[in-house]
Amino acid sequence: MIDVNKIREDFPILSTEVYGKRLVYVDNAATTQKPKQVMDAIQDLYSTSYSNVHRGVHFLSQKSTSLFEGARDRIASFINASSSKGIVFVKGATEAVNLVASSYLEPILSQGDAILISEMEHHSNLVPWQMVAEKKGAELRIIPLKENGDLDYDALPNLLDDSVKLVALTHMSNSLGTINQVEKVISSAHKLNIPVLLDGAQSIAHMAIDVQALDCDFFVFSGHKIYAPTGIGVLYAKSKILQGMQPYQGGGDMILNVSFEGTEYNDIPYRFEAGTPNVEGAVGLAAAIDYVSDLGLENIDQYERELTAYAYEKLTAIDGLRIIGDAPNRGSIISFVLEGIHPHDVGTIMDMEGVAVRTGHHCTQPVMDCYHIPATTRISLSFYNTAEEIDIIIAAIKKVKELMG
Amino acid sequence: MSELRELYQEVILDHNKRPRNFKELDPHSHHASGHNPLCGDKLELYLLVENDIIKDISFIGSGCAISTSSASLMTEFLKGKSLSTTKALFEHFHDLVTGTEISADQLEELGKLAIFAGVQEFPARVKCASLSWHTLMNALEAPEETAQTE
Repeated sequence: MIDVNKIREDFPILSTEVYGKRLVYVDNAATTQKPKQVMDAIQDLYSTSYSNVHRGVHFLSQKSTSLFEGARDRIASFINASSSKGIVFVKGATEAVNLVASSYLEPILSQGDAILISEMEHHSNLVPWQMVAEKKGAELRIIPLKENGDLDYDALPNLLDDSVKLVALTHMSNSLGTINQVEKVISSAHKLNIPVLLDGAQSIAHMAIDVQALDCDFFVFSGHKIYAPTGIGVLYAKSKILQGMQPYQGGGDMILNVSFEGTEYNDIPYRFEAGTPNVEGAVGLAAAIDYVSDLGLENIDQYERELTAYAYEKLTAIDGLRIIGDAPNRGSIISFVLEGIHPHDVGTIMDMEGVAVRTGHHCTQPVMDCYHIPATTRISLSFYNTAEEIDIIIAAIKKVKELMG
Repeated sequence: MSELRELYQEVILDHNKRPRNFKELDPHSHHASGHNPLCGDKLELYLLVENDIIKDISFIGSGCAISTSSASLMTEFLKGKSLSTTKALFEHFHDLVTGTEISADQLEELGKLAIFAGVQEFPARVKCASLSWHTLMNALEAPEETAQTE
């Protein structure tokens, strides 16, 4: 059970006011707010344990190292990775995708090969593949989007063949809320021995992730979308694949031996973590994972589904409001357009009512093109949002209509 | 709500609903495309300049109420103005929406456009109001280029 009032006490920012109105924060797909537990973990690290990791023999260095590596273990167990060696710390999902593009895909990609993505990808799971495809003369293939916001899985057999070297797919759409049938795509790809990368940026905070059950080859996510600090993220990869990959960046910590004649690279995952890592980020991420685990991902999922259903019902009752994307299985993201009113005007007016929504193309311009719209207004809910807040949102939308009438 | 009323004044709402000079201009002497990559606002601006005077000016495109009405009011206001006056007006308008101090005389020169003063309270929307003006400057200085406000 989610006790939302108790939870809200853990998030100091939720009791702040904007323009004299209580903040209603529903831009959680962009980034989530942080609970005190995460702030305390970082404060505690700085106050009692902070130093550089992996190299020092002194007390604090060992303490920091054990917290940093403990965070890696915590993440591995959270997504049920078979080993912590498959967990690479990165800046965020974007860097993880870029790492796979340059260290895994680029060395094996040849002219005439293909990369399969979908029409609903965030630019971060599109542009890195486009860049490597252009560099190597490979083709970017697209799983098309259907009018209801689902992917057209019937197109898969024609898109998958031996020339495809990687499938990269979002687990949950950041602009439509669609939760994709990734198991279906993974099993189809694996029949042809094609590895699959899942972009978990949106799914990670809303559902239990089991990378072994999914059998995905790569899984990427950003810490800041799961109540952890900005600047920390995770690349999970099957150890066997990671083992064969080239280093991403050169520097300290990713080496075993360096001479001017050559360098012997460190083991996985350290080979991919050049330079001093984001120790406080990793510690904050572990604390955030503890926090959501204590609430329970099943409880979170159930609460958010109920709240989303309530919002959906209230929104569809508004005249001239059209919800973009209506896939049967969706998360707590609702995108909409108001007839005759541009989303940026909607966003500004709702902001003055204290409601923080996202307006724009949400870094998914191909999705906007598919629906022939320039932008949407997006509400993305967290377990700390309430039904009362939905009512405030509805009232704010009515105010938009009144003012722009 | 008062800042909002200040931003979304009747004139602005009217020009958003019924933009003036909303057409392609044929023939035209100058043309530029404007694009705000952050919000997807797009506009095409056309000018017919003769002897350094803007004989005619028009636009087409899609955008929010602020950017559409700003383009509409701009075209209405600049018809018949000289290029040197236009450039001075660009500076004054820019100062107005960014909240830079302008003199009473300069404000008076802006005439009807002074209603965009409300934008300065909304820093995220300054680029909406100024997109058509940046596109105008591009059209005059380097025709056929895409203006970007970011």
